[in-house]
Order: sequence, then C-alpha cells, then structure tokens
Amino acid sequence: MKFYGLVDGSDASLKKYLGSLSGVDQVGADARAAMLATRSIKTTSKRWAIDTAISMVDLTTLEGADTPGKVQALCTKAVRPDPTDPSVPSVGAVCVYNDMVEIARRHLDLIGGSHVGVAAVSTAFPSGRASMPVKIQDTKDAIDAGASEIDMVIDRGAFLSGRYIEVFNEIVAIREICGTKAHLKVIFETGELVTYDNVRKASFLAMAAGADFIKTSTGKVTPAATAPVVLVMLEAVRDFYSMTKIRIGVKPAGGIRNTKDAIKQLVLVNETAGPEWLTPSLFRIGASALLNDLLMQRMKMDDGYYASPQYVTLD
Amino acid sequence: MEEIVSFEYAPAPESRAVVTIKPKYGHFIGGKFVAGTKHFPTINPATEEILSHIALAGKADVDAAVKAARKAYTTTWSKMSGKERGKYLFRIARIMQERAREFAVLETLDNGKPIRESRDVDVPLAAAHFFYHAGWADKLEFAGLGTTPKAHGVAGQIIPWNFPLLMLAWKVAPALAAGNTVVLKPAETTSLTALLFAEVCQQAELPAGVVNIVTGDGTTGAMIVNHPGIDKIAFTGSTEVGKIIARTVAPTHKSVTLELGGKAANIVFEDAAIDEAVEGIVNGIFFNQGHVCCAGSRLLLQENIAEEVLEKLKSRMSKIRVGDPMDKNTDLGAINSKEQLLKITELSSVGDSEGGQRWSAPCELPSKGFWFAPTIFTGVTQSHRIAREEIFGPVLSVLTFRTPQEAIDKANNTPFGLSAGIWSEKGSKVLWASQQLRAGVIWANTFNKFDPTSPFGGYKESGWGREGGRHGLSAYLKGVSHE
Amino acid sequence: MSNRIDVKKTYKLFINGAFPRSESGRTYEVKNAKGVFIANPCLASRKDLKDAVVAARAAQPGWNKATAYNKGQILYRIAEMLEGRRAQFVDEIISVTGATKAKAEKEVTDSVDRLVWYAGWTDKISSLSGALNPVAGPYYNFTIPESMGVIAAIAPENPSLLGLIDSIAPIIVGGNTVVILASTKAPLSAMSFAEVIATSDVPAGVINILTGKKEEIAPWIASHMDIDGFDISGLNSKSHGEIRIAGAENLKRIYAFKSADPGRILAFLEHKTVWHPIGL
Repeated sequence: MKFYGLVDGSDASLKKYLGSLSGVDQVGADARAAMLATRSIKTTSKRWAIDTAISMVDLTTLEGADTPGKVQALCTKAVRPDPTDPSVPSVGAVCVYNDMVEIARRHLDLIGGSHVGVAAVSTAFPSGRASMPVKIQDTKDAIDAGASEIDMVIDRGAFLSGRYIEVFNEIVAIREICGTKAHLKVIFETGELVTYDNVRKASFLAMAAGADFIKTSTGKVTPAATAPVVLVMLEAVRDFYSMTKIRIGVKPAGGIRNTKDAIKQLVLVNETAGPEWLTPSLFRIGASALLNDLLMQRMKMDDGYYASPQYVTLD
Repeated sequence: MEEIVSFEYAPAPESRAVVTIKPKYGHFIGGKFVAGTKHFPTINPATEEILSHIALAGKADVDAAVKAARKAYTTTWSKMSGKERGKYLFRIARIMQERAREFAVLETLDNGKPIRESRDVDVPLAAAHFFYHAGWADKLEFAGLGTTPKAHGVAGQIIPWNFPLLMLAWKVAPALAAGNTVVLKPAETTSLTALLFAEVCQQAELPAGVVNIVTGDGTTGAMIVNHPGIDKIAFTGSTEVGKIIARTVAPTHKSVTLELGGKAANIVFEDAAIDEAVEGIVNGIFFNQGHVCCAGSRLLLQENIAEEVLEKLKSRMSKIRVGDPMDKNTDLGAINSKEQLLKITELSSVGDSEGGQRWSAPCELPSKGFWFAPTIFTGVTQSHRIAREEIFGPVLSVLTFRTPQEAIDKANNTPFGLSAGIWSEKGSKVLWASQQLRAGVIWANTFNKFDPTSPFGGYKESGWGREGGRHGLSAYLKGVSHE
Repeated sequence: MSNRIDVKKTYKLFINGAFPRSESGRTYEVKNAKGVFIANPCLASRKDLKDAVVAARAAQPGWNKATAYNKGQILYRIAEMLEGRRAQFVDEIISVTGATKAKAEKEVTDSVDRLVWYAGWTDKISSLSGALNPVAGPYYNFTIPESMGVIAAIAPENPSLLGLIDSIAPIIVGGNTVVILASTKAPLSAMSFAEVIATSDVPAGVINILTGKKEEIAPWIASHMDIDGFDISGLNSKSHGEIRIAGAENLKRIYAFKSADPGRILAFLEHKTVWHPIGL
C-alpha cells in the first residue's frame, strides 16, 4: 500500500495526518527517560550489552580533513576493533562522505570485512541546503560507489516553516533511488527541531515517506541524541508497528560517548519499542570515541582491572 | 528470520551491609534509648524474615514520653530563639543526607518498597522537608499567621506504614520549626527508620525530650490521642481511624489535623499527550505498590480514546518489574503486610463478583513474602465498590466518560477529596478542570509529585489541614483557627 | 632559637570563580589599626569591573534556573564553610580594625547566622511575594517573583564581614548574580570570604568581589549599561544623588538599605503577572 495507507501524497492529506498525532509532554518524557537511566545493568547483562552495542556502532568519520589513509584506518578498526581479541564483534557499519565510499568499500573487502556495510551521508549533509538535483546526484554517487546505506538529512528549513510536503517528497525521491540497493536512514537534526512534538511529527512523516531508519542527528550540532529524544522516536516506531506491522529502525548519533551512555540507549530500546529492536538491523549508534570506551569496559569485565587507553587502538 | 533477543537484566542487589539492625529496640524518650517491656517482631515483607523486635509501649511509656516532651518544651525549647531551633533542624537535615544510604536500605527492608524509590524519593524528600522547615523557625512572623505566632506545646503524632521516614519528616519538621516538642508513634510494621532517626537527633545534639519516639500498635496510638498532656494531635492514616480520633478529641481543647484516605480520579482527556498520560496512570497507581493515600486509583478515560490508552497501558504494565525490593531494577515491591494483602485480595474478589473485567500484568511472584501483581479492572462504574472504597494496593479501577463535565461529576462523586489528576494538552481545560475538582492536591500532566513547599491535604473525608508550605505551618501554631 | 618567618598572603580579586590580579596592576596599602602595613590588595580598574559584570551576566541564567532548594543548600554550605574557618576571620577583623576579641567573635557568629537566615529564604520568598489574583473574569491570574539579573553593590565600610554578607546574600537568594566592592579600609575579610565562596559549590561568576576605591568604582557601576540593579548601602549619602542620575540611563533599580530584611530580597526581584483563560 502506498505510504502504508496513512497519507495519499498530497499536502492536505499530510497536514491532516500530522495534525492528528497526539502531542508529547516534555517534562513527562524527560522524567521517563531519566527513570530508565537509573536501571542498573551489571555482570552478564552488562557484558551482553557491551558486545551488542559494539555490533551496533556505525563507526564514523565525517571531517573535511578525511583522507584515504584515515578512512582505511577506520575500516580496519571497524572490522577488528581489538586486534588482540578476535571475539570482539565487528561494528554495524562505517559511515563516511560519499567521495570516500569507494575507498572504504575496497579496503573493507581487502581485509576480510565484506560483512561490514558502508553508509554514506548524503543530500548535502549536514546542512541539507542544496538543490534537489544536487541531492539526488549526491545519493546516486554514493550508491554507485558501493554504499549499502544512505543517511540523508531532511530540509529543516522546510520543516520549520511548515512546508512538510517538501520534506516528505524529498524523502520519497531519495528512497526511490536507494531502491533495493541501500537502506535509507532519515536524519532529523533534532537539535534544530527543538521540541519533542516536532520530533514526533518528523518521525511519522519520515516513516510514511519510506524511511527504513529514523536518525536523530548529524553529530555536527548539539544537543544531539538526548535520551528523551530517542525515547520519543522509539515510541513512534513502536506505534508505527502497531499500525502497519512494519518495524522501522532508530539511530541515535552524537553525544553517546561512553559505555554507560550506550547501555542507557539499549535500556530505552528494550523498555520502549521492545527487545525485537535490539539488533543492528533495527538499532544503530552513530559514534566514534564510544568504541574504545566499550572495549575498555569489556576488558575490565573480562580481566577485572580498569583498562587504560594505551590498551585500545586508535582508528 | 532473526532470532529475537531478550535483554534480561542480571540481578543488581543493593548491599545490606550499610545497616546494622539490633535484635531488639526500646523507645527514645528524653534523649535516651530506654528499654521496652513487651516486644513484637517486625518482618521484611518481601521475605517474611524477622528483622528485629519492637517494643510495645504501655501507659507508663507514653506517660514518660509526654512528660519528657513537656519538660523539654517548658525548660528549653519554648525559651530558645527560632534562630537556634532552626539550626538544629538544619543539622538533622544534613545528617539525614549523610546517612541517606543507610536510611534507604533500612526503609526498603522494613517496608518492602523498591530500593530505587527509598533512595530517589523517600529519603531525599525527607531531608528536604527538614531543610525547608529549618528555614521557617526564625521567620514565623512572615508566614501570614500573625506577628507573634506561638506553638501549641506538645504534639502527639501518629504516622502510617506507607512512607515511614517521609511521614515522620512531614510531622516532626514543622512541629519543631514552630516551637513544639513531639511524641511520635511510627506504624507497627515500620518502626526501624524512626528509631534510626532518633540516633540522628542524638548526633545533632537535639536537646533531650524535644523528639520522643514510642513504638507500639493501635493501643499505643489511642493512649497518645487520649493523653491529657498532649496539646495537639496530628494523624495520618485511614479515614475510619481519623473519625475515631475526631470523636475522641471533640470534647477536649486539643487541636487536630488529619490526613486520611482517598480514591482519586485520574482523568485522561482525548487531547492528552498519550504516552506521558500512560506513564502518569502507571505512576499514579503502581508507585509505592499503590500504598498511597493520594493514589490515582480511579482512571477516568475519555471514551473515544479508551481503547488506544488501555492497549498502551497493558503493554506498559507488562514491563513493570515486580520482585526483590533490594534489587535496583525493581519497580514494584512487596505488599507491606499479610493483613494488607488480604484486604487487597478481598476487594479484588469483590471487583470480580461485581462484574469488573480483571487483567493483571503477567509476572513471576516470589514464593515467600507478600505480593500482588499490578492489576486493572475495566468496565467499572461509580456504583462498583471498587470505585468507591480505598483498596490501597496496585489495583486500578477504569471508568469512562463522554464529556468534561461528566468527568468532573464522576471525579467529585465520592466522600473523599484528597487528590486528582488531569491529562490534557489544552491549558484552559486543565485550569477549568482544576477549578472544578474538589480535591486538595491536583496534578495536571503529572502525578505523585511532592515538595516541602507544596501544601498537601484533603477536602471532605480525606482530612483536616495541610502539610507543607506556608499553609502547613498553621497546624502547629496556636490561635489560628481551623476545623 | 630563630623566629619562624610566616608566609604572607597575596590578596587578589575574585572574578568568575578565579583569583586574578587587577588588569591595571594597581594596588593600594592597607594598614592595621596601629598603622602597621598589612597588605597590598588590588585597586580594581574599570576593566576589572567590566570583566566581573561579564562573568556575572554569563552565570546568571544558570543560577536563576537552579531550584530554590539548591540555592538554599549552597547558601547553607557557605555558612558551614565560614563556621569552619571562624578563627581566621576573627583574627583578620581584630588585626585590621583593632576590635576586641569578643566583638570580632560576635561579628563572625552573626555573619554565619545571617547566612543561615538567608539560606532559609530561597524557598519561601515566592510563597510570600507571589500571589493568585482574583480578577473579575474567567482567568487564572498569578504573580510570580523573578530575578532581575546582575546586581552591583557597595559594601559598607564596617562591619566589613557582616556588611558584605548582608549585601551579597539577599541579592543571590532571588536568583541574581552580584558584583560587589568590599570595604576599602578593611578588605581582608572580603578576600578571605571569597575563598570560602570558592569552596562552597557556588557556581563561578555568581559572586564576584572587587577591592578598590568607592569614588572610582561607584560611578563606573552607575553608568554601566549591563548592570540591572545597584545596592548603594555602603556609599555615603552625599553621593547618592549623582549615582542615581547616572543610573537613570538604563533605569537601574537603586536602593540603600539599613538592615537585614526580606525587603532586601524583594528589592531586586521583578514581578511577572500571567493571565490564562479557564474554560473548555
């Protein structure tokens, strides 16, 4: 059914649908997220959570200064986060700019990392300010170069000025280009949307338009993936599943720096959308520094000593 | 097909090592711990293990306590400036903060409530209550209750088992700030944190006799209420006992405040923020195992969103973690006593026989201890007993309404009037509803929120007077008229 | 047997939680009651004032947002820290002013107790000064007291410690931040008090203390456009007029007080009244 039967593709239908969504009380959402953050995850469940979190990391480098050397180092780390311990799982994917996709894909295949996907940011990431033909070409280039995942940004200017149908149509167009070659993550840049009501609206808009994943942020703006924002998005995918029996993934990105933060995210998933989402095909964490903290915590759990950064590798 | 994982939280027990429980306790009278004569056991309701033996105060003990309180009032406390009195209360608050962990663990062992709640709610609020009232001791002339307010003298205070330490703070802090001395009787099943509090009084060097703690049962409470040496009674407990006290005290000159039962309506309008409302419903009735006088025990759902909300509610209830209160991840702890469990079970059976449709969250209940699964009854109307009588457990009665006025009428259709909840994103509606509801505490888009600055108390048969805030001080000052 | 040479303290300004010297490099001499040299405290410049105001302004939203409970805790903590260091303050008062030990002890005792008194006001002032107003119409109408912003103050010459505290505390109770000029002749108590503040969980910039000359600093304060209020209790009444004229440029709220009073808290609070319809 087109757009899951939720909207008919017209501006009027979309406005009506978005207007019918129930609101979010900010203080209540903050309180629920804070309560879930008090969960104490220890011993076996902590060990499981660490490995799961590692497998969900989208190891990311999105800098103007990225070079083939940097990207290759990232890819090696992605496949074997701890060269001394083969039991450490590979990460979920590597995330790079589209002109680095080819290098990343080639290197991953070279080092036995063909199971690790390459996600490309696209549509004039991070600002989203460019013409539609440019955004489309951006996406095509990435897929042609071997990206199996596209992380697009929405046009926040259009969203905040109420031109929801433009945001919707952009997502539909990019989804079409992705076809069956790549899954589509839609980035909201929640720090710019500000209110939880907006995050909820954006979630349903993106899902109706065909997103496979909804993603909080570009990582270039603070605040990024705060717990209440992720909570609101998890509630949205849960409700969407109720309506359509389709599970959409969620990716928090930015601000998740250590193991404690990562485990809090997993608890949020577990008690909001449900354990069905505790898999890299439905939950990813966009991060870079996080991986080494996960490794150090993993070491401590295995040998009992607090680790030092010397014992984990730089990417 | 992908294997569905399950994220089981491994046990995360809080350590008991921080508390030392004596095998036997006496009373705290005149600044000293004095031996009791008869004792009864107090148990951990989660395991039925005997924690200690508590003294059953008789006439001699109560007399001694009142005498000590009177002496302290006449010779020391009434002569002390508010400034100095306040500093004792600040000391007490600080020491409670320092020993917070000890208090939290002890409260959980004795009461059965989850350690997370003792740690994050009960103990911090109790300390905050002392901080707040410490600051009033030298500012009574600004409270709007007269330029030279005077204390009553000796206050007799009887507190319940649901928030033992917090109820102690609600009673003792304002009484002392206003210049009274106290004789306090904690509840039979939960005396341990009160006895630890006595230690804090000693550490704070509180003058002997300002605070006296006598333990016992209902007979002890009656002795205090009847004692001619008591000037003021403060009671928190059931409406039934509250009425007995009101009758007993009527021919005397004793001043009385009562904080009694409730059957609060939690009203969810169609324009509520649904997920937060569901959290509010859960919080309203399952917080503290439903052992809350102001619990939102009647859910009033606007009929056009009832199905959606109930589905979400059941799904949310299935995530409630019931079990060992000492586990940091437990959401719902043990029922405080066998007696209370019996009451809850009986009233729930009444709900069944009245035709309510019962649904309980699937959960494994431990074999020892007193437990009740979080439960809702749908298809309930105002004419059901379970919509009228206080169950005081994790049982929610669900009713529906069509129009806002109907919601108000149903909400007010009760002899109780302690609290109410309103869920709507429309400001004018929230204010309209709060204006119409006959309840002393109204939570809009939230529930079960407490603060020392926020007056708490009921309309109608939910009691007399307020606790907390400027209004709460009037209970402990003479000459201010109240019921 | 030789006499031990003691390590003398250098007294600096207290701005933004740190202890910088005056950017002007200027100092002045402080002598004790017997005319013997004690120290060279900083002579604050106009730029130091500007830096202090910038710090106070930056700290203000965060301090204002802190709960009343939290503010009270911090004020009480300052009292705890001051009580713990009684002896140092008693010595300094005796040394600079020549006061008797009994008098110095009393001033320190009163200072601690005064802080405790103000600590207890943070969570009560709005119960007294806020109101629900019974307007003639279907509206909820409530008045809320709110902080003004950055308040400057000139502390009285004496008592140098108690007077300082009587100026600072009511300003911050209300959620404002403060820039205060200490007693010129007896600034040591103020500088030591800055050390107490620095160890009391007070966020940087909430309290800033300068030492220097009233005749220089007061006019600079009066004409500074980013200062919202001014407590001139420590200024000789002769100069009040010209200060008020200069302050009129941004309509500063300017007050002189005679004693400790909740009115000192209210003086530096704005009152906001909100209307909201009641209805379906």
